[in-house]
Amino acid sequence: MRSKFAIFALFTLALLSWGLYQALVGAPTEATMGPVQRIFYYHVPNAWVMELCFPLNFLASIIYLITRKPAVDAFAVATAEVGVVFCTVVLLTGPIWARPVWGIWWTWDARLTSTLVLWLIYIGYLMLRKLSTGGPNPVLAAAFAIFGCLDAVFVFMAIRWFRTQHPQPVFGGGANSGIDPRMMHAFLINMLAFTCYGAMLVWIRYTLERTRQKVDEAHAMKSLLHHEAGAK
Amino acid sequence: MKFLYAAYGVTWAVHIIYLLILTRGFGRLRDDIKDLERD
Repeated sequence: MRSKFAIFALFTLALLSWGLYQALVGAPTEATMGPVQRIFYYHVPNAWVMELCFPLNFLASIIYLITRKPAVDAFAVATAEVGVVFCTVVLLTGPIWARPVWGIWWTWDARLTSTLVLWLIYIGYLMLRKLSTGGPNPVLAAAFAIFGCLDAVFVFMAIRWFRTQHPQPVFGGGANSGIDPRMMHAFLINMLAFTCYGAMLVWIRYTLERTRQKVDEAHAMKSLLHHEAGAK
Repeated sequence: MKFLYAAYGVTWAVHIIYLLILTRGFGRLRDDIKDLERD
């Protein structure tokens, strides 16, 4: 298992390095925005991984509510936490791009606001898990996550449903959407690189959570044995 | 260019901080396992 992980991590590192080179050097400079447009090659792939993590968290939460398997709960925590990390990157790189292009760091349009709300929802989810101890904690978190995912759908559709300051869809957004093929190459490499990186983080976080569950179980068992021995 | 480098820098700063948090999590877990084995 460790060797498989090492191979995957090396492959991801190679992809990220190639993606960085393509984003900074390989792709042509956009005519209107100049070099700042290159933020797109990091902003969108990070948003893509975020939009993958939250629906996976939603699915894991539903499955957990049905089966109550700790492994599924561990996967739900992993996807939520990794989703929040990628969402943080999206919320930071977006304003850095917006400042030189729009002249403002932030505006309360549907896409930006719903992304911030999404981040807050999942921060709430993680805090609920971290701060409440014992009882039906994972069950409450799973129910909470189901509502969180509704906002993830809203974030994705916001630029299709509303007129927003945020750019309209670059792909599949009508006759004038799409990018130069050389830009597309840099974009796709980074999409693949960050997808692999996101999967790697979920893998690590899942392993951590699953092992933590087993250690907690062993601690509980030991306390029970001590208690029974004391009673005798 | 400063905005471009700031965006890329911030991206990797967030990811590296998260990797450090995960590393710390594994460190704590290792200590817990040692405690469990010792007892």
